[in-house]
Amino acid sequence: MSEGSPALHAIFGRLTLESFPIHEPILVVTFAVVALGGLALFAAVTRYGLWGYLWREWFTSVDHKRIGIMYMVLGLVMLIRGVSDAVMMRLQQAMAFNGSEGYLNAHHYDQLFTVHGVIMIFFVAMPLVTGLMNYVVPLQIGARDVSFPFLNNFSFWMTVGGAVLVMMSLFVGEFARTGWLAYPPLSGIGYSPDVGVDYYIWALQVAGVGTTLSGVNLICTIIKMRAPGMTMMRLPVFTWTSLCTNVLIVASFPVLTVVLALLSADRYLGTNFFTNDFGGNPMMYVNLIWIWGHPEVYILILPAFGIFSEVASTFSGKRLFGYTSMVYATVVITVLSYLVWLHHFFTMGSGASVNSFFGITTMIISIPTGAKIFNWLFTMYRGRIRFELPMMWTLAFMLTFVVGGMTGVLLAVPPADFVLHNSLFLVAHFHNVIIGGVLFGLFAGITYWFPKAFGFRLDPTWGKISFWCWVVGFWLAFMPLYILGLMGVTRRMRVFDDPSLQIWFVIAGLGAALIVAGIAAFLVQIYVSIRRREALRDLTGDPWHGRTLEWATSSPPPAYNFAFTPVAHDGDAWWDMKARGYERPLTGYRAIHMPRNTGAGIVLAGISVALGFALIWYIWWLAALSFAALLTVAIGHTFNYHRSFHISADEVVRVEDARTRQLAVQG
Amino acid sequence: MRRFRIAALLPLISILGGCNFVVLKPSGDIASQQGDLILVSTLLMLIIIVPVMALTILFAWRYRHSNTAATYDPDWHHSTRLELVIWSAPLAIIICLGAVTWMATHLLDPYRPLDRIDASRPIVPDAQPIEVNVVALDWKWLFIYPQLGIATVNELAAPIDRPINFRITSSAVMNSFYVPALAGQIYAMPGMETKLHAVINTPGTYRGFSANYSGAGFSGMRFAFHGMARADFDKWVATVRASGGELDRQGYLALERPSENEPVRHYARVDAHLFGAILNMCVEPGKMCMNERMALDAKGGMGLAGINNLLPLTYDKQARRGAVFGATPAFLPSVCSIEEANRNLTASAPPAAAEPVQGAGLPRPARKQPRDAQQGLSTLPVRQPSNS
Repeated sequence: MSEGSPALHAIFGRLTLESFPIHEPILVVTFAVVALGGLALFAAVTRYGLWGYLWREWFTSVDHKRIGIMYMVLGLVMLIRGVSDAVMMRLQQAMAFNGSEGYLNAHHYDQLFTVHGVIMIFFVAMPLVTGLMNYVVPLQIGARDVSFPFLNNFSFWMTVGGAVLVMMSLFVGEFARTGWLAYPPLSGIGYSPDVGVDYYIWALQVAGVGTTLSGVNLICTIIKMRAPGMTMMRLPVFTWTSLCTNVLIVASFPVLTVVLALLSADRYLGTNFFTNDFGGNPMMYVNLIWIWGHPEVYILILPAFGIFSEVASTFSGKRLFGYTSMVYATVVITVLSYLVWLHHFFTMGSGASVNSFFGITTMIISIPTGAKIFNWLFTMYRGRIRFELPMMWTLAFMLTFVVGGMTGVLLAVPPADFVLHNSLFLVAHFHNVIIGGVLFGLFAGITYWFPKAFGFRLDPTWGKISFWCWVVGFWLAFMPLYILGLMGVTRRMRVFDDPSLQIWFVIAGLGAALIVAGIAAFLVQIYVSIRRREALRDLTGDPWHGRTLEWATSSPPPAYNFAFTPVAHDGDAWWDMKARGYERPLTGYRAIHMPRNTGAGIVLAGISVALGFALIWYIWWLAALSFAALLTVAIGHTFNYHRSFHISADEVVRVEDARTRQLAVQG
Repeated sequence: MRRFRIAALLPLISILGGCNFVVLKPSGDIASQQGDLILVSTLLMLIIIVPVMALTILFAWRYRHSNTAATYDPDWHHSTRLELVIWSAPLAIIICLGAVTWMATHLLDPYRPLDRIDASRPIVPDAQPIEVNVVALDWKWLFIYPQLGIATVNELAAPIDRPINFRITSSAVMNSFYVPALAGQIYAMPGMETKLHAVINTPGTYRGFSANYSGAGFSGMRFAFHGMARADFDKWVATVRASGGELDRQGYLALERPSENEPVRHYARVDAHLFGAILNMCVEPGKMCMNERMALDAKGGMGLAGINNLLPLTYDKQARRGAVFGATPAFLPSVCSIEEANRNLTASAPPAAAEPVQGAGLPRPARKQPRDAQQGLSTLPVRQPSNS
């Protein structure tokens, strides 16, 4: 880049023609596919004249339901990217034996495992979890929207902004080659001078703003916007776990922001926080990033626990066993999750007492978690269990997750961790809890709440195909990794010298192929369900005999969720209303005050992406310009006083009468 | 049908039988204890996991919707007695496991000198441990035997049944020193020293590698670890000595440059101060050693002169690189003569934790203070990782 002309350098920073990976056939083909797909989508949207509709009704929407759905779409799109990376890694590891280098060079492979981790955590699990919380929480507490509807839209688009930066790194430059937590000194400017780590930093910083603000928003919503009568101890369990998750988000994401800011200072300003020289200390980074990183896994798993609680009680036709202990277990997990971070690096050489302390606090977390498992178990006890898909996911979770929990406690024993740390056993463990816990939970949640969001159920046949592919695929893909870990095989290896290991990587590869089939079946399921939507239609708004308030309104719910704010008299408010012969009020509708859509969120996020891109490529004029634009638009938006409107009483009457007729048809 | 199912499992069992579960069946006493601990902990947890899994299947089957014979009690949701059980059963297991953890963590602390050769043989009081200084380089391993004055690259050997004391550091980025058959891993970090005490009990050749991703050449960062009978080890040392090469500072600086899949190398002689210089990041002539800097700072530093005591760096491991808005990469020039600096480096680190193990009533093996630790210079601080 220094050879290029100073003018070009001033305009494009370190972005040159060589930054585009045209010499990597895999990336060129990927780019062609993505570009063709993108063009086809663009053409289709233009052909059917949907841009206006998308802009008005979706992109600028502040409706928590629409934003929730957009989060889910983002998560599913990124899931496909993340799984493609996983399949490529499995293929490389299954091939690279007996002197073969496989088909990926180190430069590509090292980016793959980094980007797989980053995408799966930040841009798959987080959007899916946040999406479900966004959609369901306001409905469960009988609210009309979240506390700060514009902030919600802005948070979503910032998350998209982060995802855009990560995707951009595929075709412009490269991603980090450091592992998903970018430990220095490897991620410092001395050892990673290229743009990869900068993409990592700015993608996470942009998305982190969205996550933190969405956390603030949901905490406030849950605390302040509950329906009358819904005391804290009457909150649905999913809302409780969401509350705890968002508390964790708000308390831990600032740590991530700061530690990445310090790393940026090292990389951009020449400070020495985490360098080898001049008193820098990389161990500090490892500590700080795990002080965020450990709560992060609970951020993901707690909402899944909430989903399983809702599903287990609904499909067992029975009140949740031990609601109070469930709530306390969640709170205990929330607090304890801050006291265990050191178990991620027992091997750093802390003393035995420090290691034992963190090992034992980690084990203590398994007590409330175990109590939760027992609570689900006794919810099924003396129930009438309907094996619909959400319940199948829940059962698969209970049988899978306990194994992951057990290996987790095993890894919490420091001397055992000394031999299993960074091994494929560890990789198997965290996939066991993240797939077997978070992902199974998300699938349970998606199948469970899909009819609420769209008014028709998901096709069960394809759902079952997807379910079995996922469950069998998971066991097939990760049990070999447990075995390999016990054989002393470490992770992130690109080539192997021991041919006896190959068979296990081949089996794991087959498992990964089954998981891909599971995802394909899931997409087919959505397609088939849309085609068969009339046969799968649910007009009651309560297809599963639900227990909580989201089932009290129509499917999909009207923009205002509830024409009259419901009153909760019991923990399972809707179940209680049904039991007491609740009659839907048919008159007395009034105009409803609602927030107005705004494009400020998407504009701000777009400018943030430009700012991130400029900082990554050292395009200083663009950085300055976009930073100024960011401030201008943000301040300008505060002068927008037209933030709300009223849905007229006539409109409410029209919507509610339509529903009355639907219910009458249902009988 | 059932018979077929078992038959289908046979190939699986046969590949499992062919596996080398080195983590569970290692050849060194420390790793064996760690492997046993894995089994004990797993069994302890299975006490609760197996019933939970069985109950899940049982309840799911028994209370299925079509089974109208089963009791249906839609409002039953609380039982104080059951709550007590479901909280106290995991608690009881965790209390046991916690006690095991506390003891095992202290007993198997990598910093703790060994007190036994294996389960049946305590350590002989005068057994002289073999010292090995380990340096993780980009991307190969350097082993220095200070007592023998030899060094090797990507090959490690030790006599069986003799304690090995490793002092571990890294030249550039973080790695993890791991020989699964010998003992658990510990990070190798630049400018810091970690320790590992271990012993190998069975002769053989074992795998060693870096267990922490460290960049492009990470996969090739492997070495062979030979556990050898006394006589064989002496023969091996003689072979290394016969190779004739010498590793001095200039040789190290060349070796340090990034390279992948390095072959084994032997050095008959090695600069006695080299490991100390690597640890204190002052192999390049003229660079101030970290311990020197810390000793200066401990005495109040060099005042304003210290701020300006910088020289531009010309080469650092891979290239001279600086942050875009940062100052030119620089280093601290030494203010000592090379002889003085070397004298400082010879002073070994103070023991990581000389006080007795707290809490569990565990006897700590009798341990002589290293003689040089009494000398004045040894008070120079050496950076120890974390809060050990």
